[in-house]
Parts: sequence; C-alpha cells; structure tokens
Amino acid sequence: MQIARSVLAAIRRHLVAAYPAEACGFLVGTRRANGEVVVSHELPITNRRVADGAARKRYLISPDDFLSAEHDATASGLQIVGVYHSHPDVAARPSLYDQEHAWPWYPYLIVSVMGGAVRDERVWELNDDRRAFAEQLLQIEEQ
Amino acid sequence: MPVLVHVPTPLRPYVDGRDAVAIEHGTVAEVLERLTSEYGRLKAHLFQEDGRLRSFVNVYLNDRDIRELDREHTRAVDGDEISIVPSIAGGAAPVRTPLPQLTHDEILRYSRHLILPEVGPEGQRRLKAARVALIGAGGLGSPASLYLAAAGVGTLGLVDFDLVDATNLQRQIVHGTGAVGTSKVDSADQRLRDLNPHVQVETFDTRLTSGNALEILRDFDVVLDGSDNFPTRYLVNDACVMLGKPNAYGSIFRFEGQASVFYAEAGPCYRCLFREPPPPGLVPSCAEGGVLGVLPGIIGSIQALETMKLILGKGSTLIGRLILFDALNLTFRELKLRKDPQCPVCGEHPTVTELIDYEAFCGVGAAPAYEGPEVTATQLAQELEKNPELVLIDVREPHEWEICHIEGATLIPLGQLPERLNQLDGHQEIVTHCHRGMRSMQALAILRAAGFSRVRSLNGGIDAWSAHVDPSVPRY
Repeated sequence: MQIARSVLAAIRRHLVAAYPAEACGFLVGTRRANGEVVVSHELPITNRRVADGAARKRYLISPDDFLSAEHDATASGLQIVGVYHSHPDVAARPSLYDQEHAWPWYPYLIVSVMGGAVRDERVWELNDDRRAFAEQLLQIEEQ
Repeated sequence: MPVLVHVPTPLRPYVDGRDAVAIEHGTVAEVLERLTSEYGRLKAHLFQEDGRLRSFVNVYLNDRDIRELDREHTRAVDGDEISIVPSIAGGAAPVRTPLPQLTHDEILRYSRHLILPEVGPEGQRRLKAARVALIGAGGLGSPASLYLAAAGVGTLGLVDFDLVDATNLQRQIVHGTGAVGTSKVDSADQRLRDLNPHVQVETFDTRLTSGNALEILRDFDVVLDGSDNFPTRYLVNDACVMLGKPNAYGSIFRFEGQASVFYAEAGPCYRCLFREPPPPGLVPSCAEGGVLGVLPGIIGSIQALETMKLILGKGSTLIGRLILFDALNLTFRELKLRKDPQCPVCGEHPTVTELIDYEAFCGVGAAPAYEGPEVTATQLAQELEKNPELVLIDVREPHEWEICHIEGATLIPLGQLPERLNQLDGHQEIVTHCHRGMRSMQALAILRAAGFSRVRSLNGGIDAWSAHVDPSVPRY
C-alpha cells in the first residue's frame, strides 16, 4: 500500500489527538488494476463507540457514515480503498476482534499509540478464508 | 424484472468485479441465499458459521435498513433494490488492565528512573506491570535477573532445572557459596527478593520442553533466553514465534558473546539466522570449552537492557541486528539481520507450526560417532599396578595438564595425535583419557583407524579418576 508522507502524518495527528480513545477513518484513493492501493487522502470518521464508553478499545463506523463517505469519494473520482484505526497502548497488530469484524480486500492500517505517542504503524489485509491477516508493505511516498 | 443487489467494493472481487447482481425476487433471506449459492466465496464474508448475518453486514431494502422492517423476512418484489452496506468495526484487544500505581517506597526506590523523561512514572508503571520469563538462571540469567529485579520489572519467571554447582560461582553471580547444592531457581528467588521485595518471582523448577513451553511462556510479555544449549535455543525461538513474544537472546562461549532481539512480529527470528543447528559436538559447551567470568555479565546485561526497552517502547532495539562481542580484544561488531521469507517458522509458508522434538532436531542424544572399548578408573588403577608396560595417553590440552594430570601419563593433545602416532608402539596396550571421556573416544577412533588394536578409553576421564581412585587430583 502506498501512502504519501503528509497523509500518514495527518492520520497520526488524528489518532494521537484522540488518545487514549481509539479513533478511526477511511483511506481514500485508487486501486490499480494490479490490486495495488494508492492512498491519496485520509477521511477521519467519528468513532461511534464513544457514545457507549467503549472507545478505549473499540471503534465503529456506522453504515450511514460509510455511505456518505463513499458518496463523497466517488464524487471526486476516488473510492474508499481501506480503513485506518489506532491501537492505544497495544501493538499495531490485528486483534481477534479486528479479525472477526474485518472486510476482505480493504487494507487495514493500524497505528500503535503508546502513552500518547506513535510507536509504529503496520498494514494488514484479511485472508480469503477469514482465518488470519497478512501483513502488507507500507510504502511511504515523499512528495 | 428481478431484484437488484448492490455489492460494496470490498466484496466485488467475489462477484466477478460487478457492483450489482440481478437475483430472482423473494424474501431478503431467499435473495441472499440465491446470491451466495451463485457466488460461493461470498458466503463466509456475509454469514457467520451459524448461518446468521454477520453483525457488521447491514442490509438495506430501497434505502431502509431491514432491521426497521421485517428483518430477513422482508419481502423484495421485482424492481426493488437491496444494498449490502458495511459498517466497519474493530479495536485493540486484549485490553490491558490499567497500569498499577507506584507506592511511596517505590517512588523513592525508582527515583533515578522517574526523573528520566524516557521512563518517568508512566514507564515505571509499565515496568511494574511487565512479566518477563528468564530461561536459565545461570551465567546470562544471573545479571539479567538482578538488573531487571532492581529496575522494578514487576514479575520475573525463572525457568531452570539445575542445582547450583561450585563451578558456577565464577560467573553466575545471582548465586552465593552457601547455595551450592540447592536448586538454582530457589537460590535466585531468595537473592532477588532480598534485592527488591516489590518484585514477584515465579519459579519453574523444571526443564523447558516442547510439552510445557507454550503453557509457561504464554503468560509473559518478554522472554529472555539465557540457555546454554541448542535444543533449548530453538525451542525458545519457536515457542516465541508461535506465541508472538519478543525474545531477548544472548549466548556466550569462551571470550565471545552474541546478543539480539528475535521478534517475528517485527523482524527476523533465530531460525532466519540459523536455519539448522550445527552438528552435535562441533560447538563445545561452556563446560567443555570454558568461558570468561565477566563475559556473561556484559551479554546478560545487554539482554536485560533490551528487555527494558521493549517494555518501555523506547529507543532502537536489537530487532534485526546481531551484536558480536569479543571480550579479549574488546570489540563490538554489528550485523544486520533480515527476515527470511522461507523461514520454516516465521516465513510466509511455515512448515513448523507446532513444537517439535528439539533434542532429535539438534542430534542430541543420538549415538556417538564412535564407540570403543572402555575401562573404568578403578579397573585401570588395578591394571596399572600389575602391568607397568601399560601406556596411558592424555589427549587433553597442555593448560588442562597444568591443572592436574595422572602420574605416568603422556600428554598428546587430540589435535596432534595423527602426526605423533609414530611415537606409539602398536604392540603395547594403550589407554587414552581426557577430561570426561568425549575426546578420548575420538582418540580411540584415530588409533583404531591407524591399526592399533589393543586400545581402550578411560570411562569418565580424569574426573572419574579423581572421584574413584586419587582424590589428590583436583576436579575441574
């Protein structure tokens, strides 16, 4: 997955600002014919789990948020190509909960935020059989 | 005109890349059933194994959520549109329990940590919450456990089956003279509690095996491998890969040491570096080859340091780097390590997916290369009295000879034996000996191959001679 450094920086700022709560958003861009994902901008989305107090360890993007995000992306000739979210105080690897709730095809960018600072970020994609995530290369592009 | 089902982008690869599929009308359940029977791979992503829709799959009939209608029984007539709309969920888990608080005593004790911005109260609480397993309470485990206990790592798990031996004390500084003969984990436990009563020590007075490794290591955050043999090293590595734990690795031999952090989640593992163990006997153990006393202090301290950094999440760890330390010339070298995509444990297509028999894997316990006739120490003593012609050949090294030797023996170090065969008389009866019997057996093989027929090896070497015949010969 390719991402511009400035977009990654914006994602980091969003997730750090939300710490210790978990935050989330969409990766917007294009998917090439060979399957390669190019992220051109980020779209922060309100974590719907803030309301029930579970936002320290969970995130939820509602179907309405998805539809309106998809509508906006399509209007600018792009599409939703993936999802990002933070893991406050744990490693940037998918939890079992992530796996149970993941969609195929979308790369999931997970950013580990430890004690309010970004520790690392990694990209994962769900395997076809839903049994595991495979790690993808995170390619950071300088502009 | 059938019902049109809109498919969201992540699921389009399963419907030949289309964004909508026309399906014969019926209830929503029937329509989705027809859809997934036509596109079988879609099913696992929409339905749970019990056949119900997954919680994050939302179905809309003409822009209305079917949950507001008659759910799956909602009827779709020709011309209706059904949309599958994702909601996106996930989250960090397992959830960490909140970090423990520090008592006033602890704040005072750890004050030099607390004033470091990189540690601070948050980092110290992290250390307190951390659980570190140490494999081996010996040369490396001694300094590592002492420093980790002193630094306030909340729980240390000590795994060792051995007893403290007098020969350990030259380097295994967690044990004292009074502990000789007692269990290593108990001896270390006592010392560590005295050093820092705030630390919990969990002792495992057992050998780490394929049968217990996952169970023991599962509950720890970091594993510190201070083992002294290849089977355990591979076992610790594989268990750590399978459990997703970082392994602060160290090893020492004579004047040289190595250290790294093997963490398959973020870099290479031990098997990426050493796919296969060396042939048994090629690399001598510290008991056979010796080790300089201060060396484990340096390597074990590096392991403790890396463990602290892993817990704190600070600095650059040794993940993907191997440190080679030469104590004699005081040099540190660093090698970059790369993850091997073909690695049998952490590679893309692992072939080792459960713990194996590591003794067999490393060839330990297999029959020795050569087995020749032996003589016991007491039998040899009797024969020497009756037969002054009997030739006793000591195949150890000159510095070992200097420690002790058997009166009347001739020193021919194993490495020199092939070119000094002409000094021996093939008609005489010969007994070879070494420290404990290993090298002597190799000497026997050389002599036999050269045509010597009346040769035997002293079982148990000079060590057995000292124990059973002549206590004035010191043991080492």
